[in-house]
Amino acid sequence: MIEFNNVSKIYKNDFVAVEDISLKIEAGEFLFIVGKSGAGKSTLIKLLLKEINPTEGTIRYKELDVTKIKKRNVAEYRRRIGFVFQDYRLLPKLTVYENIAFAMEMICCSSKNIRREIPIVLSMVGLSDKAKYYPDELSGGEQQRVSIARAIINKPETIIADEPTGNLDIETSAEIMKIFNEINKRGTTVIMATHDRELINRCNRRVVELKSGRIIKDIKVGGCEDEPKED
Amino acid sequence: MNLKKTKYIFKQAFKNLWRNRVMGLASIGSIAAVLIILGFILLIVLNINNVALVTKETFDQIAVYVEEGIDESQIAQMGKDFGELEGVLAVGFETKEYALNKMKEDWGEDSYLLDGLRKNPLPNTFIVQLKDVSYADDVTEKLKAFDGVEEVSFYEDAVNTLIVIADFVKKLGVWLILILLLISVFIISNTIKITVLNRRKEIELMQYIGATNGYVRGPFIIEGIVLGVIGSFLAISILIFGFNYFSTLLSGRYIALLSGLASYIISVNLILKDLIIIFLTIGIGIGILGSLISLKKFLSV
Repeated sequence: MIEFNNVSKIYKNDFVAVEDISLKIEAGEFLFIVGKSGAGKSTLIKLLLKEINPTEGTIRYKELDVTKIKKRNVAEYRRRIGFVFQDYRLLPKLTVYENIAFAMEMICCSSKNIRREIPIVLSMVGLSDKAKYYPDELSGGEQQRVSIARAIINKPETIIADEPTGNLDIETSAEIMKIFNEINKRGTTVIMATHDRELINRCNRRVVELKSGRIIKDIKVGGCEDEPKED
Repeated sequence: MNLKKTKYIFKQAFKNLWRNRVMGLASIGSIAAVLIILGFILLIVLNINNVALVTKETFDQIAVYVEEGIDESQIAQMGKDFGELEGVLAVGFETKEYALNKMKEDWGEDSYLLDGLRKNPLPNTFIVQLKDVSYADDVTEKLKAFDGVEEVSFYEDAVNTLIVIADFVKKLGVWLILILLLISVFIISNTIKITVLNRRKEIELMQYIGATNGYVRGPFIIEGIVLGVIGSFLAISILIFGFNYFSTLLSGRYIALLSGLASYIISVNLILKDLIIIFLTIGIGIGILGSLISLKKFLSV
């Protein structure tokens, strides 16, 4: 579904962010991208979101050649991908409900649709009772859940998460991971950049490791073992 | 564009305007300043041109003022002689009484001022109609040489001077307006920049979500347009108010002079419709341009 073919990104100051990356991601996959900061994880994500264009190589997303998407069609393309930030990026003056509604309003969606969909998503991330709260009244984990709810509300084919647990403790991270697993089970492709070894070890998923802009490991393993205490 | 989107865009635009109202006022002020100066120059040029045009109609006529105490037979002879000069098409004659009556007519209500005159101070006048303006200099010289001619008056110089002045004002005005336009675009783009920066996070988020350009850019463009429209109307109001204020002030003081001039002056009220169209176009143009510039700079995606 997603294909990187010999992709390199060299910035103007000759900094090589990623070099000769070839990577194939199947629909419905759950994939970790790991590596130290500066290894090229963020660059890879930015390339996929078409925030930047590669210096060399091509990127395919299903039927699309991402590098050739016209500027005016970028928005349309991005709707197919939900994005979860490390720092949540909730709008502080909007409630949880409004934050999620915001994402729907930007795309489409009648008010009726919005009223129907949001409670479903909120219950999925376990925040049904916090709809009227403002972001600063929530814990970090809760804020991240809102951010996830916002990312999936428009039913994207793919979810990309950039260090979604980077600011959270181990326990909260596990809860967040559970939500991602749930999303993945419903058929959504999940791509997660992280440097949290713990998280990766606990989940037995495909791991792509980057170092200095190159893929040094691509370990395919099946299934995520849900932790015993969670079930 | 659906209703909801429109509503969102306008709501955001006015929210931005309110949040950033000080810069907004500065922008409105700068747009209004440009337009007022534009209007001012426009009025001056139009009026000078008009005066030149009206004067031009008397352009191919030479007025010959006859000395006091020249009798009728001499006058008749002069008229005949004038008619025989090369380049002269026709010769008309206005008696001093006729000239005075005409003046009284022109002065209208104030003509009683002329009633007090003990003696008619105006001269008998020949109006020499030229075949062509090119004969003007020759004929003028010849007319001056006649006995009994007090003065020969020809308007060419005056007309030319007026045209030169109008031209100069036009050129100066174009430059002045260009510079001011740049300044206003700069000020507006700065105003919009501040709102863009204020809402940077929200905009970034919108871009990640995949909001359409209309949602992202719409509010800023509307913001620019609103600033432009307010600036235009401010300029028009000030121009009308100023023009009328000065014309009543002047007519209070120099009644006779002004009523004589009144036929030459193009009032702001006469070109109001055109002014509104021109001002709105320019005002909105500046607003949109300012928004686009700052959006281009600060919305890279």
